[in-house]
Amino acid sequence: MTFLLESVFNGMSIGAVLLLTALGLAIVFGIMGVINLAHGELMMLGAYTTFVVQNGFRQLGEGWFDAYLLIAVPLAFAVAAGIGVVLERGVIRYLYGRPLETLLATWGVSLILQQLVRSISWQMTLQIALFCLLFFGGRWLLSKRAIAPRWQAWVSPVLLLLSVGIGLTASLVAGGAVGLAMTKPWFGAQGVDVTAPSWLRRGVNLWGVQFPFVRLFIIALTVVCLAAIYCFLLRSQWGLRIRAVTQNRSMSACLGIPTQTVDSLTFALGSGLAGVAGCAISLLGSVSPNTGQNYIVEAFMVVVVGGVGKIVGSIVAALGIGFVNYVIGSGLMTRFLEPQTALFDFFEFFASTSMARVMVFILIIAFLQLRPAGLFPQKGRAVDA
Amino acid sequence: MAQEFGLGRRKFLVYGSAALGTSLLIKGCAPATETGGGGQPTAAGGDTIKVGILHSLSGTMAISEKSVVDATQLAIEQINQAGGVLGKQIQPILEDGASDWPTFAEKATKLIDQDKVVAVFGCWTSASRKAVLPVFESKNHMLWYPVQYEGQECSKNIFYTGAAPNQQIEPAVDWLLQNKGKKFFLVGSDYVFPRTANTIIKAQLAAKGGETVGEDYLPLGNTEVTPIITRIRNALPDGGVIFNTLNGDSNVAFFKQLQGAGLTPDKYPTMSVSIAEEEVQAIGVEYLKGQYAAWNYFMTVDTPENKSFVEAFKAKFGQNRVTNDPMEAAYIAVHLWKQAVEQAGTADDLEKVRQAAIGQTFNAPEGPVKMFANHHISKTVRIGEVGEDGLFKIVYSTPQPVDPLPWNQFVAETKGLVCDWTRTDVDNPGKFKATGA
Repeated sequence: MTFLLESVFNGMSIGAVLLLTALGLAIVFGIMGVINLAHGELMMLGAYTTFVVQNGFRQLGEGWFDAYLLIAVPLAFAVAAGIGVVLERGVIRYLYGRPLETLLATWGVSLILQQLVRSISWQMTLQIALFCLLFFGGRWLLSKRAIAPRWQAWVSPVLLLLSVGIGLTASLVAGGAVGLAMTKPWFGAQGVDVTAPSWLRRGVNLWGVQFPFVRLFIIALTVVCLAAIYCFLLRSQWGLRIRAVTQNRSMSACLGIPTQTVDSLTFALGSGLAGVAGCAISLLGSVSPNTGQNYIVEAFMVVVVGGVGKIVGSIVAALGIGFVNYVIGSGLMTRFLEPQTALFDFFEFFASTSMARVMVFILIIAFLQLRPAGLFPQKGRAVDA
Repeated sequence: MAQEFGLGRRKFLVYGSAALGTSLLIKGCAPATETGGGGQPTAAGGDTIKVGILHSLSGTMAISEKSVVDATQLAIEQINQAGGVLGKQIQPILEDGASDWPTFAEKATKLIDQDKVVAVFGCWTSASRKAVLPVFESKNHMLWYPVQYEGQECSKNIFYTGAAPNQQIEPAVDWLLQNKGKKFFLVGSDYVFPRTANTIIKAQLAAKGGETVGEDYLPLGNTEVTPIITRIRNALPDGGVIFNTLNGDSNVAFFKQLQGAGLTPDKYPTMSVSIAEEEVQAIGVEYLKGQYAAWNYFMTVDTPENKSFVEAFKAKFGQNRVTNDPMEAAYIAVHLWKQAVEQAGTADDLEKVRQAAIGQTFNAPEGPVKMFANHHISKTVRIGEVGEDGLFKIVYSTPQPVDPLPWNQFVAETKGLVCDWTRTDVDNPGKFKATGA
């Protein structure tokens, strides 16, 4: 009994982490058909948001510190959602219906975000802010007045050069004047430390099974996120619009649904969930510029196995993969076998954490041979296209 | 609509490439200023001695290796300020191995052939060392390697100032057997160093009455450690020792999840061999308090040499910086090289410098060290416990420096092997059976 409970709980806790990291992806990949390779980096931003909030609360004292997650979770959602909207408006909007180009562009974005976190400092912030102010502000100002057509083509390049130049010079001057406080990176390339509140660092032993509180917290967070998504998609007006656009974009547009806003909103939702996932994994593992990379492959696996476009599929797939991973990796299979038999030796060989990963991949490949569209195939936009 | 689309994309491309060009231009200028700012002397060519520094300044290893570069440069600067070597200033030439092993070999060739350096200080991972080894051997040149490693190697062209296994892993296992228990679970990353180290540990435990109850390897970068924790709990239901050779991010996940799983240091003490002061900051002191690490040097070592080393380092690189074992080993390397050159009376005749290097002693921050005929140095072994402040409280240290043994004496294949580069009576001084010893 203890053994069964332990397996179910541990399988579920691995599955919950997988599901939480895959949920946002399931939305942007499943509903919008966008392969977002920057998903891992949005998680990373959520994790860094948690780090910043934690540092803020540490200043306030021990009592306050224990409550920082209450702020960190919604803030991680907001930050990642905000960046997601910028990403959608700035890049992805131009690439709908072109999966390969989206793939490359979002991969580029993921590299940029990683490097940005490594090197961002007050100097760089100043530089970027000045550039945006001058360039976009200048374009907006100039768009208000009439310019001779022959000069129009020159407006943007000249503005670009000017704002890059001014931004660079100003930041270099400021860096030289203020020194290290200005030029020192905020986070740096090295990992930073997110410490869970003291009540999450412990665990409780019930019926001979150890329940780490941080795992319970992540399971609860996953359930809350799922419930919120279902409520939003099935009960709210915008949820209805998202579902309508998913099923038939042009018909929805004809009926007056602002499809571009719906796109932005869906992308923001998916990105925000990535932020929440980042907040959760910062309690389990490392927070460094390449944090997201460790999770992105598994998140895609969950979405693909579950069947693109179905959140139910992702739930079942995440729990299944988590359970298989746990059972193989922890060597549970060998417990019921006589030692020194052929079957025992066979399972013993596979009973290691690296082997579990290999086995999970093999099982997934085999499964996709049988059901190429995943557990719950979607009848939607893919069928239209 | 489509028209607008196309124009938008073209504009996007134009701006994108312009921005890219600008950033490349800035980047292109950056390394020049970086090397220029390295505190190099302005003396003309004839008055300087060129040495190479070969580390990863970019890529995944840069985090660790940059601080070693800092320590090397500090040593060079100190020597230059005290008058240099043989009356000449040392001029360091910095090359980036970029965390890529073929690049390391390429840059080593460049430093030797093109820059005509007389010695190279560098490398961190065993993979990078193995990559440059043939370069240094074929050109009969000289590398000073500053990181603890798995041993089972002895090269005439390399001087090792980090620990051999008998100066870190073996004493740590002995100490655990005496103080913490006989049952060991081995956890490591899935690559060469942890697997070699664990082979040594298993042989040692078998020889000394300990017991290996299980071992598991986590793929590099993997952070899901729930199955490993279950295995540990099943193998050690009443507590026992965890020997940890995990590297990188996995350490963070491992220690964060260990605590919630109820595997606390009082019942499950963990001994790590690749967590130093810098890593403690990244994992979080809360998760590591009370755990152990084995090194030769900790920032808290109480010697006058260490006080001045730490002070000089902080003065040059910032008050919040920490020093660690590989940095100290790199610092030692430069000083031992300088002494060897002075005794040989030449920096260019590498054969003479090599001979003069053997037997050199130095009062290092970790305590006195001596270069042996096997090109490794004697080192004091220390075990530290992580304290509240993130620094290590030293709970054990060997009374004397331990003599280095590159060939492991617990592993059957290398038992009894000795390395001695002063011997002329054997065919291969790097690997021969000791007689009567």
